[in-house]
Amino acid sequence: MSDKLTHTILRKIKVNSNEEIIPGIFILKFKRPFTFIPGQVIGITTSEQITARLYSIASGKDDPDISILYNRVEDGKLTPDLSRLRKGETLLVSDPFGSFTDTRIPSWWIATGTGVAPFISMIRSGITEQKTLVQGARTRESFYFSGELEKSLENHYIRCCSGENLTGYFPGRVTDFLVAENNLPTDNMYYLCGSAEMVVSTRDILISRNIPFSNIVSEIYF
Amino acid sequence: MMPEQREFLFGKTYTQLTTVCKDLGLPSFTASQLADWLYKKQVATIDEMTNISKTGREKLAARFDTGISAPSKVQVSSDGTKKYLYTTSGGKFIETAYIPETNRKTLCVSSQVGCKMGCLFCMTGKQGFQANLSSGEIINQIRSLPERDLLTNIVYMGMGEPFDNLDAVLDSLEILTSEYGYGMSPKRITVSTIGIIPGLKRFLDNSKCHLAVSLHTPFDEERRKLMPVEHVYPLSKVLDEIRSFDFGRQRRVSFEYIMFKGLNDTARHAKELSRILNGIKCRINLIRFHPIPDTPLEGSGRQTIEDFQQMLNNKGITTTIRQSRGQDIYAACGLLSTKELVKES
Repeated sequence: MSDKLTHTILRKIKVNSNEEIIPGIFILKFKRPFTFIPGQVIGITTSEQITARLYSIASGKDDPDISILYNRVEDGKLTPDLSRLRKGETLLVSDPFGSFTDTRIPSWWIATGTGVAPFISMIRSGITEQKTLVQGARTRESFYFSGELEKSLENHYIRCCSGENLTGYFPGRVTDFLVAENNLPTDNMYYLCGSAEMVVSTRDILISRNIPFSNIVSEIYF
Repeated sequence: MMPEQREFLFGKTYTQLTTVCKDLGLPSFTASQLADWLYKKQVATIDEMTNISKTGREKLAARFDTGISAPSKVQVSSDGTKKYLYTTSGGKFIETAYIPETNRKTLCVSSQVGCKMGCLFCMTGKQGFQANLSSGEIINQIRSLPERDLLTNIVYMGMGEPFDNLDAVLDSLEILTSEYGYGMSPKRITVSTIGIIPGLKRFLDNSKCHLAVSLHTPFDEERRKLMPVEHVYPLSKVLDEIRSFDFGRQRRVSFEYIMFKGLNDTARHAKELSRILNGIKCRINLIRFHPIPDTPLEGSGRQTIEDFQQMLNNKGITTTIRQSRGQDIYAACGLLSTKELVKES
């Protein structure tokens, strides 16, 4: 296989499971057919007629299954079909690619929504030392993998809830938390993953706090 | 209760117009008539399409509007550049820059409301992403421009990443360049991308228009800090795709390069640029950085830009310096934004 075309060649894969964990949010699993670096993405589609979309891998590098966290976009071209897939049905998947990989410590991970996926992959791969995760969501149930993250990161796990007042959670968005936080180290790395809106707003705040832009690494879903 | 919005005819390709006629039980030749009225005679209403039967027009009007929409605001720069504001069908806003020069009149069109790409140096990126434009909304920026008959060139370099909305962009290019549409030469149209590889391949295979790629630094590590897309579609792979495509003699590929002080304007960068572009017949456009609020970046000085140009020219790469236009009305490269209007709407 030409390395150049890695991300465009799709292989047929059998779905192991496709569970709706909360309304509209799914975890799709299939047997791992490749090795990958935590933080990498794969292209996924249900047929060659539908352009593959990119999703971060949410499993550990040695896990037997590849897990993908995705939300169903009701008028989307792919995810309504994707969400209907059942065990044993076929999916088209690219090889992993991408370089949103954290090799430096210490670092902060900042994620909203399904943007937590690359970080759960890193944690499941044993990358936890000197990592702080700031996760944002509107409701308690939308903090995906919360129990696992709490166990792995302990007091280096900060939840920012913008839609409910919950004990132990920062009240507001991740951007509100960063504005309020007085101790953002300027020599740490910052990895951001989520929507374009979240990433650009967060990046602006970090830059305004004298964090060099060369220490900010962003992954945007498109 | 809001009235249900009807579908728009403007922006449909000939094939799509044929489907419309078939669905409505109209004669197949009505598709040609529709294309003629929409794209040649440029009427604004279905009522004006007088060679279509009255019954046919009624059937069309029951389901469709033309979708023509005049700009709601214009700002004029001291250098003659004009920035037009258009309202989209979803009540959002886009900007379009008309740039008159002595020998050419260029229109810089938008392809999305906002942008998902989050490039560090771009004002549009700061408003996030609100919506894709339809093919009709893309062409309407040309159709409804007061200076439309003066235009010599179209560049897809306004708000948004064209290859993130490629279906609509390809439809718009077909209409602009086909005989049934505007009949423009594809050599007059340039589509600019940050390098979304699947879109790049489709564009190269399905259009004859020129390609521009936002490059901004030849080094992977640096580009990742400026452009998050580098994580998934690295420049090296983009160049591999370009290198493997036969552009022929007419089609052109160019690279956009914004000059940032101390970041990408050194002899080391010029040397690496010439190395990675080896084997690609291209030109480089050097662009002065137009600062945006809260940016950590600074633009290179004029002399540095000219020296950089000379270094690249000496290495055999045709390199030009793009003139800054419309900076006083925020119409210059990287400054288009409707963020405040989005907030108000």
